[in-house]
Amino acid sequence: MRSNVNNSIALTHLVSNKRQTFIASLGVTVGIALYIFSNSIVVGVNSFTTANMFKTIPHLRIHKEDKLSAPIRKETKAHAYLISNPKITTLDKTINNPYGLAEKVRQFPFVLNVAPQVDVDLFYVSGVTQINGMASGISVVEADAMFKIQETMLTGNIQQLSTDLNGIIIGRGVAEKLNLRLGDNISILSALGVNKILQVIGVFATDNKAVDDTKSYINIKTAQQLIKKEPNSITDINVQLANPDSSAFYAAQLQPVTDYMVEDWKVAHADQLAQSKLMGTMTPMIAYSILLVAAFGIYNIINMIISQKMNDIAILQATGFNSRNILQIFLVESLVMGIIGTFLGVLIGGALVSIAKGIYVGPPVGYFPIDYDRSIFISAIFFGLFVSLFAGYFPARKAAKMDPVDIFRD
Amino acid sequence: MRKEQILATKNVGKFFYNPIQFEVLKDISFEVSKGEFLTIIGKSGSGKSTLLYCLSTMDTDYSGELYIDNELVSGKSKNQLAKIRNKSIGFVFQFHYLLPEFTCLKNVMIPALKLGKYTYQEIEESAYQKLKILGIQDQALKNASKLSGGQQQRVAIARALINDPAIIMGDEPTGNLDSKNTAIVFDIFKQLAQEYGQSIIAVTHDTDFAKASDRTVEMMDGKIIKDQNNIKL
Repeated sequence: MRSNVNNSIALTHLVSNKRQTFIASLGVTVGIALYIFSNSIVVGVNSFTTANMFKTIPHLRIHKEDKLSAPIRKETKAHAYLISNPKITTLDKTINNPYGLAEKVRQFPFVLNVAPQVDVDLFYVSGVTQINGMASGISVVEADAMFKIQETMLTGNIQQLSTDLNGIIIGRGVAEKLNLRLGDNISILSALGVNKILQVIGVFATDNKAVDDTKSYINIKTAQQLIKKEPNSITDINVQLANPDSSAFYAAQLQPVTDYMVEDWKVAHADQLAQSKLMGTMTPMIAYSILLVAAFGIYNIINMIISQKMNDIAILQATGFNSRNILQIFLVESLVMGIIGTFLGVLIGGALVSIAKGIYVGPPVGYFPIDYDRSIFISAIFFGLFVSLFAGYFPARKAAKMDPVDIFRD
Repeated sequence: MRKEQILATKNVGKFFYNPIQFEVLKDISFEVSKGEFLTIIGKSGSGKSTLLYCLSTMDTDYSGELYIDNELVSGKSKNQLAKIRNKSIGFVFQFHYLLPEFTCLKNVMIPALKLGKYTYQEIEESAYQKLKILGIQDQALKNASKLSGGQQQRVAIARALINDPAIIMGDEPTGNLDSKNTAIVFDIFKQLAQEYGQSIIAVTHDTDFAKASDRTVEMMDGKIIKDQNNIKL
């Protein structure tokens, strides 16, 4: 009953000054709409770049880490000898029992896909021209499920690689530099000196020049031959996660299963992560500043309402309203402004995102990289309401502390 | 027969410190009985309004003691005082001080809604009744700002009556009214005191108004210089 009176007074104030209410709310609307829009861009761009990145990079990579030789120590009573000549002692990079390990990893509920892989450093040779590069020996079904290789193929079919031991799928840059087309032969020379002539059965383009200029896909068995290893030798086990954002956490969960190194993409590609982090900080900052301006708008208007209503406040106090009631009246007013403003802001922000989503910006990006994210809308609503309450609090407190006698005497 | 006391002060004193230290109330002690129509008169600066605000519990910055309904109210917290005002004191001011965005009816209802003792319907009904007593029930649903000065003042009185307070205080309640409306307000006060046993304490400049009341207290320089009973026996 008691709070009803306060609320009904607050609402009457708001309704009888519709224009004022609307303008104060509009400040919040603009702030919230821009907050949603700019954060959606951050989410869109981030998901675009990570999606692009995950075309070639696995979420987790299990591989054998290089070990350094331990120094030789010998202690006598008089002297201690230390012979140190640090050298990599890992001569064989293959993983022991790779398919057993892959099976174990696949049992984890957060693992979507496991793809064994053999990487080979090699040269693409055409006459006197040599291009430095890297071939990934893949088992086609798993690798395509993980990296969506088929989606990047300009010509050819990835499935052909699963049966064709002499086939190779090369990057667009390699194809251009060596003037190769579908069906042409290419000579490759692995770092271990194995020479092979393979047939180009496909060309892919990831729009990442560094990848397209060096990388190729070959059958995993061909790769094993190129590193002079027996069949079933695997150098890398790639793992795809349901939620790549928490890769470090999952890497830690997988590590106890194996002695080999479980490396998450955030460690392997910290530079990319830093870039998206920077953007994720900068853009919302702009939105926060706009919200701050909106807060000043509400502060000003509540302040104005209060100075217009000094007499009303005094009479309310005289008739038995205490300072908490007065505080509540004006907090409710600013909260209602915040609710109206936030509601409109969410509508407008959502509309802006959906409009931007439909704008075609051309390849390689395609449509404008912007994405709905529920958490943005939730935090926008939270901020809108919080900012309005915060902005209303100071003038409301001033009103609550006012001495009615001062007003009646003047 | 000794009448029951409703309000009393003991040695109330007050200083103003701005712009200079100035003793505005000096050692004021008096009592008001139930159903008494009291007027306070005095020249400007005599301290009569200041005294009224001390009595109203809105001004707490005084020395001495104030009793309302035999209960010491000096030193109580602001929230407690707000409750006392809500329940036991009705106010009528010179400049009406209605809430302009609300209808007359709502203006009258607000203190009762605040008290929260009755349901909304009961309060609405009793607000209509108060407006009827004051002869302005036909204006009930108009916005307060649309009424004439005399009508507004009557709405303000209706609001002061809504919680059936023991005391009604007025600061120049007729100061802004013509003689016809002044007479109406006076008759209402008289009626309230006689028929409903409510005490009236009104500060006024109007000597005719004061003379017609039950008792007149005259102040000068912060002291009561005359306290006379106007009722002819």
